[in-house]
Amino acid sequence: MSRPTRRQVLNGSAAALAGAVLAAPVALADSAAARPAAGHGHSEGHKAPGGHEMPEPFDEVYQGRHIEGWPADEEAPENGSRARSGGPASHGTRASRGSRASQGSRSSHRGRAHPQSGQAGPHDGMDFVVRIDNDDLHVMRNADGTWISLVNHYETFTTPRALARAAVRELQGADLVPVVTG
Amino acid sequence: MAVRKNQADLTATEKRNFVDAVLELKRSGRYDEFISTHNAFIIGDTDNGERTGHRSPSFLPWHRRFLLQFEEALQSITPSVTLPYWDWTVDRSPRSSLWADDFLGGDGRSGDGRVPSGPFAFGNGKWPMNIRVDGRTFLRRSLGAGVRELPTRAEVDRVLAMTVYDAAPWNSSSDGFRNNVEGWRGPNLHNRVHVWVGGQMTTGASPNDPVFWLHHCFIDKLWAEWQRLHPKSGYLPTGSTPDVVDLHDTMKPWNDVTPADLLDHTKFYTYA
Repeated sequence: MSRPTRRQVLNGSAAALAGAVLAAPVALADSAAARPAAGHGHSEGHKAPGGHEMPEPFDEVYQGRHIEGWPADEEAPENGSRARSGGPASHGTRASRGSRASQGSRSSHRGRAHPQSGQAGPHDGMDFVVRIDNDDLHVMRNADGTWISLVNHYETFTTPRALARAAVRELQGADLVPVVTG
Repeated sequence: MAVRKNQADLTATEKRNFVDAVLELKRSGRYDEFISTHNAFIIGDTDNGERTGHRSPSFLPWHRRFLLQFEEALQSITPSVTLPYWDWTVDRSPRSSLWADDFLGGDGRSGDGRVPSGPFAFGNGKWPMNIRVDGRTFLRRSLGAGVRELPTRAEVDRVLAMTVYDAAPWNSSSDGFRNNVEGWRGPNLHNRVHVWVGGQMTTGASPNDPVFWLHHCFIDKLWAEWQRLHPKSGYLPTGSTPDVVDLHDTMKPWNDVTPADLLDHTKFYTYA
């Protein structure tokens, strides 16, 4: 049994989303075929809304900083479990949970994510969670499949890992702080 | 009628009045509200969702209104102050007078990128980074480090020659003038300048660097130039586009102004 994802819990709509998770793969296969991912996908990656494959999770130390990332609809890594996520069994688990949950949740999400309502949560609107030394880095996927972060917001990267590494270089040892949006 | 001038043509007094008004907005807390608003839209605007301030047709009118609001705030301090623009196709060197200590201050120092002198240097105590994405509390720059060259006039002209304002899917993957000016497509104009300046200008909290306003003022001027070149090309889309601000839709966060209200800048200011 898959537990509710972080985002489902956040939205309080796990039951409504369960149907979307089950129903979505066929439609997504269509959109993926119609618009193949451009050079950044993994064969074992997730299919995501818009047809781009969701990058694989990562977890490494880069220039002395712990950087990690995973699809936003999955569980946060707890006591190192993320490091085990590369195997075939866990891949099956991820695939069944699927990233389409985020498609269903996005519309309900949007009112809260958009600035009119004030405070944006750290993962609002995000398809992929990136952390540096356990602090959230807000990231966003562009329509062409490239990625940007709040630290490098006018420059695109092919993967969240490349974006996280660029943020580490930009931070020069500084810690991320929670985003203030007024 | 307010006249917006090239920053290179400002007198010493005009520079001082501009800087002093900016510092007063900072002291009073009003400046940081602009940073918060910008950061909120940067985070909220997404290619497949609601988008207003960036990566969408309303990028240009949204920033036009945002700059007008900031200019009005400056004028509440000193009525004669107007926004200057930075033509980065001409003043394209870290040695430009823009970066002198009587105006915006210079490049960041090597090592930590801290701007060491000028009115906005950390040491002056008048320019704290209150709205920030990381722990550093000093203004940073690394001019020309993130990308070597600013856009050239030839690249600007290539974008100005585009006849269509914007195109479906009305986001960062669109063809047309707006997305090529914004920089997600083509030679990369607006985005590249943010990267060239470096420091806070590369982040969602980019208005932390006062050059933000001069950069966007020139982007706004390029929109006006484009309109003159293509008098028969209008703002698009004009109706019923989900998640996108149509010509007569009101824009957040003001909710009382539409792109149509902002097409003619001469109602508000002219460019010298």
